[in-house]
Amino acid sequence: MLLANLVEGMTIGSLYALMALGLSLVYGILRVLDIANAGAYTLGAYVGVLTWRLTSSWWLALLAGAAVASGLGWLLQRHLYVPILASGPIVPLIASIGVFTALEEAYRLLFGPYILKLPARIPLPTVRIAGTVVSGVQLLVLMVAVAAFAGIALLLDRTRTGLAWRATAQDRETAEAMGIDVGAVTGRIFLLGYALAAAAGVLVAIHYNAVSPTMGDMPAYKMLAIIVLGGLGSPFGTVAASLLIGLVETFVAAYVGFLLPRDAIAFAALILILLLRPQGLFARGVAAR
Amino acid sequence: MSYAVVVGVTVTIYCLLTLGLNVIAGYAGQPHLGQAAFFGLGAYVAAILATRYGLPFWLDLPAALVLTGLVGVLLGAISLRLREDFLAITTIGLNFVMVAIFQYVPFFGGAMGITDVPLPSLGSYTFDNSAFLVVGLLMVCAVALFSAYLERTWFGAVLAAIKDDEVAAAAIGISVPVYKIAAFALGTATAGAAGSLYAHFMSVVTPASFSFSESVVLLSMLVFGGLGTIRGALLGAVVLGVMPEVFRFVSDYRMLLYGVLLLLMVRFQPAGLLGEGSWLHALLRRRRLERGGLGRAAA
Repeated sequence: MLLANLVEGMTIGSLYALMALGLSLVYGILRVLDIANAGAYTLGAYVGVLTWRLTSSWWLALLAGAAVASGLGWLLQRHLYVPILASGPIVPLIASIGVFTALEEAYRLLFGPYILKLPARIPLPTVRIAGTVVSGVQLLVLMVAVAAFAGIALLLDRTRTGLAWRATAQDRETAEAMGIDVGAVTGRIFLLGYALAAAAGVLVAIHYNAVSPTMGDMPAYKMLAIIVLGGLGSPFGTVAASLLIGLVETFVAAYVGFLLPRDAIAFAALILILLLRPQGLFARGVAAR
Repeated sequence: MSYAVVVGVTVTIYCLLTLGLNVIAGYAGQPHLGQAAFFGLGAYVAAILATRYGLPFWLDLPAALVLTGLVGVLLGAISLRLREDFLAITTIGLNFVMVAIFQYVPFFGGAMGITDVPLPSLGSYTFDNSAFLVVGLLMVCAVALFSAYLERTWFGAVLAAIKDDEVAAAAIGISVPVYKIAAFALGTATAGAAGSLYAHFMSVVTPASFSFSESVVLLSMLVFGGLGTIRGALLGAVVLGVMPEVFRFVSDYRMLLYGVLLLLMVRFQPAGLLGEGSWLHALLRRRRLERGGLGRAAA
């Protein structure tokens, strides 16, 4: 029971981390809280369902979802966020809420308000560890997540691209003066961030065998809580915070039961963290004055 | 006719809410994405006072106004500690938490909310819908006039200074915290009063009516009309409030419309339709100047 909860908590935490990483990277580079990222999560799930219906292939569904969503991300940064960047952090946030609201409605109108199924079978064995069953889907989620985190860590730490990204995040103008194509960096970060969110969407769709227009509601705002908890713009902190929230939620649900719904708990925690420790639990970044 | 009156009352409530939001987001420039939560708080306070303690509308309205304003003071105090984008997500969080409290704390009646809120009466006369419309319009007039008065006072000038540059405002000796908190108190108290009117008008109060998406609707209205202006708040509330009722097909696409409008406005016309410096406002002003100039030339 303990171990089963641990595995489920890690799975949910990994999914949160996939979503939150994109948000965190975007915040790092543009200082924009991008709610619309959760729209990519839902978009990925729908594209995944459509691809799966056509091809019955879970990995094509994953790739197609990520590809379409990253296209959306690129368009959004090019034609929405970058042009209004000069007007302060609040204007892009409001724009992203507008985008997210419109996207959710568009999904509802296009695909209907009901739940679509994605009953993909994952060709991974069900593993038993010390009497605990780890399903193929859980294994897949954990593998994708680990691969993504390792890839991003290598990219940021070991490559010239990563160096350019970090430089841009640190000081956009100076980076530009050093000959870094800041616009291209921003574009690539949105490509990656939206692809990660969409991958999480497809994996969630397979995990719960359900896709609905409002599935992004919860992540949209809970991811904000996670990236604040993780200390904003720090990829390591974000992953740690995601796993923490995933585990806490699972264990609270299993052993304490609900006082308030999950999302309200995350938000109450968010407000408390912002007031008491605005720099986040894991980092020394500054979120407040 | 009676349907038009119902729409009219709804629109007056929207007007009150956007006018209140305008004090916080427009005058003081503070992001506030949880106005619907304060609207809900006012509605619940009024509904509970009226149904359980038998208070008349004329007493629960001021009670809702004051109590909601006090919670607004709390949010104002929180706002002092946070940079603006974090204030924005705190207000979003507040909206979610308040709705969860309405829904899960038994005192607030759970998902079914509070029913049978009585109709207000004046002497022996019990309110019908037209009476609600009259009271609503009077309240809108009062709040609009008060806002216009605010714009002309030291208080309004200080809020504008805070919006422009908080550090500079503090540097010339303005006590920024006091004025910020006052702006939050006024804006949310207005929402509380609107909530009381709403509770008595609908006679039912449920948590779902005050969700975050309602806050997005209110913000869309204000941004659409023109942030920081009374005419903008009123225009946004009237146009976007009436549109789904007049054009049936719009009501299916209501949230899509609000979302798209919000992002288009922010992207291409941040001043809103009638805000300072918007093309429509500039056009109207030029027209007026031309006509004025011609009139004088003729005379």
